[in-house]
Amino acid sequence: MAIKISAKNLNFYYGSNQALFDNSLDIEERRITAVIGPSGCGKSTHLRVYNRIFELYRDQRVTGELIIDGVNVLDPQVDVLELRRKVGMIFQKPTPFPMSVFENIAYPIKLHFKLSSKELKQRVEQALRAASLWDEVKDKLKNSGLALSGGQQQRLCIARAIAIEPEILLMDEPTSAIDPVATLKIEELMLSLKEKYTIVVVTHNMQQAARISDNTAFFFKGHIIEYGPTARIFTNPKEKKTEEYITGRFG
Amino acid sequence: MFALRTDRIFQWLCLISAMIAGLLMLGFFVQLSLSSVSTWRQFGLGFLVSNDWDPVANRFGALPSIVGTLCTTVIALLLAIPLAFAAALYLVDAPPLLSNILSHAIDLLAAIPSVIYGMWGLFVMVPIMQKHVQPFMVDVLRLHRLPVIGRYIGEYYNGFGIFTAGIILAIMVLPYIYAILRDVIKMTPPVLREAAYGVGCTRWETAKDIVLRYGIRGVLGGIFIGLGRALGETMAVLFVIGNLMDMPEDIFSGATTIAATLANNFAEADCLQRSALFALGLVLLLMSFSIQVAAQYYLHATSARRGESRS
Repeated sequence: MAIKISAKNLNFYYGSNQALFDNSLDIEERRITAVIGPSGCGKSTHLRVYNRIFELYRDQRVTGELIIDGVNVLDPQVDVLELRRKVGMIFQKPTPFPMSVFENIAYPIKLHFKLSSKELKQRVEQALRAASLWDEVKDKLKNSGLALSGGQQQRLCIARAIAIEPEILLMDEPTSAIDPVATLKIEELMLSLKEKYTIVVVTHNMQQAARISDNTAFFFKGHIIEYGPTARIFTNPKEKKTEEYITGRFG
Repeated sequence: MFALRTDRIFQWLCLISAMIAGLLMLGFFVQLSLSSVSTWRQFGLGFLVSNDWDPVANRFGALPSIVGTLCTTVIALLLAIPLAFAAALYLVDAPPLLSNILSHAIDLLAAIPSVIYGMWGLFVMVPIMQKHVQPFMVDVLRLHRLPVIGRYIGEYYNGFGIFTAGIILAIMVLPYIYAILRDVIKMTPPVLREAAYGVGCTRWETAKDIVLRYGIRGVLGGIFIGLGRALGETMAVLFVIGNLMDMPEDIFSGATTIAATLANNFAEADCLQRSALFALGLVLLLMSFSIQVAAQYYLHATSARRGESRS
């Protein structure tokens, strides 16, 4: 199986506080990789290195290498806008832009591609269909994205991310702010999306990790304690910490 | 029984306090209307579109003052809005020390009395405009040769006039617009900005397409506050606008504003001129008032259309 992302010895600092210690992780292409661990263990921080979103904040920095398709994307020479096109991100809370449903998808497309308005419409429809949202919103494309339900908003954000033809999707607890039925829909969606995209999902929900992921990484206090196929991690963990966490003894 | 009575008195006091604002508003309109009756009787609505202001012949028209007011205000906002937006964008993300110092400096601009702006305008700005800025615009940039807008920029200058007044006003309204834009940018949820960067937006695209749209109501509120200030500002404008009761030909022309005309002329006015000045005052009040009403209405309409719960 091909390796899409290879993190090598990532150390991450908030000011003088170190949050990640020597994180090394190989993420397989077109698989769902779950990142689990107790709150504050560095799961999200780790994810936020992948599209360099942490760089928005003055006091956050990282050392180490992050190889995507053979290129160290932490190199300042790398075009960060292109990196973020290639590596989409879905957040814990849905983040529709303050514009119409249509514009929510069309806006990022227009940032990266020059399309005729017909092609643009097709691309928007494609993205909404891929996010299983088209049937629900096709009659209200002009309405505000903020007027959709929470679950719909989150799928809108997924559609927005895949509209610009990414290769990797980062999902930071994508269902933790959403009701159970909508959560199932999003999980089904993720399973269908992995045919095209490499997905890395941070989750608090261990059943979710077990249901949808192929590989699982267990984080604890900024260290990657254990990483392997999900089935093995959940049935036969090698590390005592992992076992304690997945059996619910802490976290 | 006694307690009940004091409670009733207290209720009445509250009612009166609440009504004072409304009564004052009404009072302004009534007084200005009554005092300007003879002007409206003499000239009718023609007063608004006549540019004839001749106290000796007892002919009065409001157009030059209205045009001067609108032009200085528009120039002030055109200069102040981008400046305030850029400063707010930069300072919200700047290192805390720099951000604090510069932010307070901008806030303090609001503390400078307008007469100081006027004096500074007269003794510093006007000579700079005359010797450097306007020659640069005319002789180097040749802005007056531009098609269409060129004729409004003008070729002849003496430092005074609409443009100079607009610049002073821009500096005066800057802190108001800046303060509100800064709050709007700070109020944007960080995760929304991250989402914008996450799809590959640059800082500029995030600012204009996401932050600005998210806070559009606050932004418009800030602009309207600036607009209201600029419309009515008197003292600073008086010093630099040139105080000519003629129709301005271009932005370097000497002109007047409603507020400047009022401040300049009441002392020696009587009879019809006095009434004409009150009529001008009524026009200014109506302008400010309708802008506020339009702003409220617009904000209400946009929030209803977007179906938001945010207040």
